[in-house]
Amino acid sequence: MSSTVGLILLIVGITFDVIGAIGLVRLPDIYNRLQAATKCVTLGTCMILLAVLFYAGFNSIGIKALLCIWFILITSPTGAHAIARGAHKCGVKLWEGSVMDKYAEDSEGAEDKA
Amino acid sequence: MNIFIILLMFSMFLCLYRVGKGPTAPDRTVAIDTLGTLVVGFCALFSIITGKDLYMNIGLSWALLSFIGTIALAKYLEGRSFDE
Amino acid sequence: MKRFVHFLLLLGIWILLTWSLNWQDLLVGVIVAFIVDLLFSDIFPIYAVKVFTPKRLFWLFIYVWVFLYYMVKANFDVAYRVLNIYMPIRPGIVKVRTRLKTDMSRTFLANSITLTPGTLSVDIVGDHIYVHWINIVSDDPAEETEIIVRRFENLIERVFE
Repeated sequence: MSSTVGLILLIVGITFDVIGAIGLVRLPDIYNRLQAATKCVTLGTCMILLAVLFYAGFNSIGIKALLCIWFILITSPTGAHAIARGAHKCGVKLWEGSVMDKYAEDSEGAEDKA
Repeated sequence: MNIFIILLMFSMFLCLYRVGKGPTAPDRTVAIDTLGTLVVGFCALFSIITGKDLYMNIGLSWALLSFIGTIALAKYLEGRSFDE
Repeated sequence: MKRFVHFLLLLGIWILLTWSLNWQDLLVGVIVAFIVDLLFSDIFPIYAVKVFTPKRLFWLFIYVWVFLYYMVKANFDVAYRVLNIYMPIRPGIVKVRTRLKTDMSRTFLANSITLTPGTLSVDIVGDHIYVHWINIVSDDPAEETEIIVRRFENLIERVFE
């Protein structure tokens, strides 16, 4: 029973991982790539780790998988946030199809005042 | 289980393609970050196959170290010192 | 008090990681936790401990399930956009306003925004969060705020403020 649930989680998780990697290659600019990479790969890896918990049960392996899920859920969005901010600060433009960029408008306004 | 390993390797190669091609430095950073998370998944898969907790230890350390590396690269991109 | 809570937390994580109650492992754990406590206890956010009251824990429980629901939904959203041949995206950076005050609740709000459908927080300046949105549906700031922030703001306010 528990290994069946683990197998299903494994299949879904790896599918999301592959979709995230395809998004990393296909999408046009860095911010969209960050969206695909962060969301899909985070949930996919968390599902693989949850499958470890279902396969192994509550022993030393399962507990480590749970702690690893916690670390990844906290660190992955923080890393994405840092990369997005760093990319905007070092001057990477948005894709030409983008609709608006309030952040660039506001930071230019601040520089004009200073 | 072999098909799972092949699929994860395939997504890692897609990330490596982005590392090699990526027009700007932040693109490469995103790909490196994604690669780090995928390696954690790979370690978890190995720990299912072999049933040893050794691979989970590697995955746990890798998750933390790859986060520190990502933050350092992001700070470098931002062009500021590490003191702030 | 602060140091003691920090020490107990570190020792708990050590016991979970080693997963044995052998006295040798416990002794090493106490020594390591004490050293780390001496070095890093000043950056430990002690006010996080106030979450452990029954009412806040109840809202935390609800928050976790709402968060998981939106996270799975976000993944199907991204999968739809990536696998579609025409890539129906309309990206841009919008500015939304939050009424949360403490650092911890703002951190949780920004991380929740990043992992939910189509949005990625870029920066926080004052009370405003800049959010990269993959598919902008309206040009009105009030409506954007309503869509992006209100999902979590009420819950996070009840848990962490």
